[in-house]
Amino acid sequence: MTVVLEAVSMALVGVFAAGVVLTRDPLRQVIAMGPFALALIVLFTVLQAPDVVLSAIVVGVFAYPMMVLLTVAKIRHRERKV
Amino acid sequence: MNPRVRVTLFLVAAVGITAIFVWGFTGLPSFGHYPGPYGDEVVRRTIADRHATNTVTAVVMDIRAVDTAGEELILFAAAVGVIMLLRKQRGERLVAPPTFAEGRHPIPPSTPVRVVSAALIAPAAVLGLYLVAHGGLTPGGGFQGGVVLAVPSVLCFLAARIRSFERLHDPAVWEVARAIAIGAFLGIGFAGLIASTGFLANMLPLGTTGTVYSAGTIPVLNLIAGPAVATAIVLIVVELLEQVTEVRAK
Repeated sequence: MTVVLEAVSMALVGVFAAGVVLTRDPLRQVIAMGPFALALIVLFTVLQAPDVVLSAIVVGVFAYPMMVLLTVAKIRHRERKV
Repeated sequence: MNPRVRVTLFLVAAVGITAIFVWGFTGLPSFGHYPGPYGDEVVRRTIADRHATNTVTAVVMDIRAVDTAGEELILFAAAVGVIMLLRKQRGERLVAPPTFAEGRHPIPPSTPVRVVSAALIAPAAVLGLYLVAHGGLTPGGGFQGGVVLAVPSVLCFLAARIRSFERLHDPAVWEVARAIAIGAFLGIGFAGLIASTGFLANMLPLGTTGTVYSAGTIPVLNLIAGPAVATAIVLIVVELLEQVTEVRAK
């Protein structure tokens, strides 16, 4: 049972990671990061690593999307101006 | 290289890597049953020698605290790098960005977003402080709690007017806070060097296992690392926000 859970959650990480890599537009990539971050959170929960789960939550839900969104907003401004 | 050769090359490499991966994984001991002595020993010593109940934090903030000091300095360098990169350059001046295209009305601030953001500021701060303070007992610690402590700043940006946000987030103040936090972390390290056996050695009384004020320097380092991480993230966010809200023109 545990082995199945581990295998499924690892496979999900692989699938959603591929989704992030195959998304070329940075703005869409932030959205694609959502399921990938969730899959990582599930994987670390299954592997009983709650400390890493907390790190994955704060980085995947807050820190990473925040930085990318702000950078995209900045670049859009510059593009509009030129 | 034409696309067909490229795809063939990828498929050959993918099959090879998959085969080696599967071969390698099947040879691994099952999860939680690895043969090395380190894990068992570290779990035993966490409670016996350090009076902490969260082994992960005991490793990060005590046994391998030197690595954490390095990590803190990496984050420090990252924040300094962003500030340097986004600094106001010669010939640039600040101008307010166009908030709406010509012929269109500006979008008014969304009241639900502002209300929910304002309502979440205090809970986010409390959750962050809880994670920082209880790092030695339960999952959490200076890093995770520190990132959560940066959340109220972003919520403040969403809830308040931009001028109020900027008043609360003067980079000079946050830079000083950040420097003090980093200095305190290294200061605890040198205190260990002087009062005990080495840099960042645990030299405070260990207290009763299971209470917040136990495990010697572990809670102290957590309480320092929390603001150190939070200020770094807030500074990066403030610098990036400044770029977005005030376009710099030549």
